[in-house]
Amino acid sequence: MVITGVGAVTPLGDARSLLARWNEGECGVFGGEAPCREFDATEHMSTKEARRMDRFTQLARVAATQAVLDAGWGSAAPYRPEQVGCIIGTGIGGIATIEDNHALLQAERAVSPLAVPLMMGNAGAAALAIHHGLRGPVYGVVAACAAGAQAVGAAMRAIQTGDALAMLAGGSEAALTPLARSAFESLGATSPSGVSRPFDARRDGFVMGEGAGVLVLEDAAAAAGRGARVLARLRGYGATCDAQHLTAPDEDGSGAAAAIDAALTDAGVSPEQIVYVNAHGTSTPLNDRAETLALKATLGVRAAAIPVSSTKSAIGHLLGAAGAVEAIATVLALCERIAPPTLGYEQSEPGLDLDYAADGPRPLHASDGQAPIALSNSFGFGGHNAVLCIQGA
Amino acid sequence: MSAEATTDTVLDVVTDTLAGFGTEREQIAPAATFEQLDVDSLDLAELAQVIEERFGTQLRASDVKDVKSVGDLVDLIIARG
Repeated sequence: MVITGVGAVTPLGDARSLLARWNEGECGVFGGEAPCREFDATEHMSTKEARRMDRFTQLARVAATQAVLDAGWGSAAPYRPEQVGCIIGTGIGGIATIEDNHALLQAERAVSPLAVPLMMGNAGAAALAIHHGLRGPVYGVVAACAAGAQAVGAAMRAIQTGDALAMLAGGSEAALTPLARSAFESLGATSPSGVSRPFDARRDGFVMGEGAGVLVLEDAAAAAGRGARVLARLRGYGATCDAQHLTAPDEDGSGAAAAIDAALTDAGVSPEQIVYVNAHGTSTPLNDRAETLALKATLGVRAAAIPVSSTKSAIGHLLGAAGAVEAIATVLALCERIAPPTLGYEQSEPGLDLDYAADGPRPLHASDGQAPIALSNSFGFGGHNAVLCIQGA
Repeated sequence: MSAEATTDTVLDVVTDTLAGFGTEREQIAPAATFEQLDVDSLDLAELAQVIEERFGTQLRASDVKDVKSVGDLVDLIIARG
């Protein structure tokens, strides 16, 4: 299973811009949120197409176009349309559309005929299928903040089972809306201070961001057959559920640990081979502690010997897009052989004693002369845990 | 208060609305077919809402499914008006 292309729209620009700016210490959080301020849908598509999409779908559509260009696909996929599918995760779907149309209803005005096709959580996957002519397995994945990683894992399985030769997989979210903002705030999930500082003793919640990430996954033999450039190999995927609580993670991180174990087993990789962990690292008190415990439980002494960093320190929490954008960040970190830092980390907390790469980017070296291998963790409300194991090319 | 539905007023509203949906304004004319303009069922559903708001004329999806051109639609709206 190979990754041949990546595309992203993030608060720090596209995929490669994100890595470059993050490594330089730039943070995309402004006023307690991380919007994609540089994104203008009409630069990328017609007015007609843009009107047919909620912002979360627009973001996915642009990320996917970047990804297929990166994969060298040209205007059409290099396989029969029935052999290519698409799975796009989201936490909420078209919530801005829901809010806008609810306002119309409250004002006793007609709700738009576009409301349903814009708000539905599978709209991102459907839009990509239409634009790229993908006629294989196409659907959305809903798993809160693990959705992006679950989508990548599900797409990997679709190729492994022979349902497809290639898949576009990722996640998208555009929930910087009054309702979503208030809802997360009421729950006490978001940061009152408006600062995303994963693993730091002062962390007080996550900072909401928006964006999308899409990866092109291809069957390794098929990709080789078309002479594709390989960015990385998707070695393993592990998915579990805490089955404990709607929002709080297992305090001991056991559900997350089970997912890490499953990903390592699926990949046939031992903890000693892991050189980097792209953590879920939300900057919430509970997650960062539980995740640290899960890494210690699964990687043993190796956990303290490798850099563990959080993309959310640079761009906040992209919710249903986070897992996909962070998988892409992991791919590019492996390509460049550089682990990005955890920005803003200053104060340690007892028990949170891994190497969070607070002092800046780190060179990555494989321990055994092979291309370096990393983990990308994603967890979500509902107790969802999804872990991807990725090896550089 | 609904506007009076004449050929001119209805054509103006249809033209403005379709242009707002992203159709090239210069291409919108009575003889232009919806196929030529790439106007589909979702556009017509949205357009029907605007027509009802402006002229008080109710159009259901079944009313417009066989309408092929801008001019035919304008005629239908006036006939219903």
